[in-house]
Amino acid sequence: MAVKVIIPTPLRTYAGKRDSTDVNASTVGDALGGLTSQFADLRKHLFTDDGKLRAFVNVYLNDEDIRYLAKENTPTKDGDTISIVPSIAGGCNH
Amino acid sequence: MSEAFELTISAELAVKIRAHGVETYPHECCGALLGRDAGFSYHHESRDRRQPAREVLALFPLVNRRDDSPRNRFSVTAEDVLAADKNAQQQGLEVIGWYHSHPDHPARPSQYDQDHAWPWYSYVIVSVHGGTPEDMTSWRLKDDRSEYVEEKIGTLRAQAAK
Repeated sequence: MAVKVIIPTPLRTYAGKRDSTDVNASTVGDALGGLTSQFADLRKHLFTDDGKLRAFVNVYLNDEDIRYLAKENTPTKDGDTISIVPSIAGGCNH
Repeated sequence: MSEAFELTISAELAVKIRAHGVETYPHECCGALLGRDAGFSYHHESRDRRQPAREVLALFPLVNRRDDSPRNRFSVTAEDVLAADKNAQQQGLEVIGWYHSHPDHPARPSQYDQDHAWPWYSYVIVSVHGGTPEDMTSWRLKDDRSEYVEEKIGTLRAQAAK
């Protein structure tokens, strides 16, 4: 399935300054895998060392957060848009 | 290869960040930095090198969503990020970073800050000690996520109103 992946501003440096890219994928997980195959430097900012999506990386399929769908197993169809949206967190040492 | 980063901000906006930290003390404040970065100008103008490489032109104050631990943690949800993006685009700007305060702690990023950071963004931290704003610093995460690099803050006089 032809899917568009929207790349958030903080990651565009690692994607040739592109704000989106097209991938062929049947699931959201496949699409993210396709994205990081195209742009390997994205991987460490999206995934932990053990391959899990980082907690502050939010992924939407069209307008829905994949946490409320089937997560990375969420199926995609032609024309879908996947958006990667940051959460921001921090704080003092305590 | 190291790169010298510099963030330009008006004195007026720097005062507003400090004031936000004082307002929420002893809790952490947070908000978005809206502005322009020469590498990703929406208007793709050719860069006039007399202009700052990265400049804060507006703020988008946010509510700290960590109401379970607001004295030492802040959180900005995806919905808040989307709202900040929308507000920035409406002004012809983009979100170039985030600010937050460290109540009674130095304006230096913590390990928790680093573990949750995104590259490229400027992270401004203001120390608020006993309710009084003190140091304000800015930081960018290195590409390999190993540490932050401090970013020089260049403060301008109040900008002329448009």
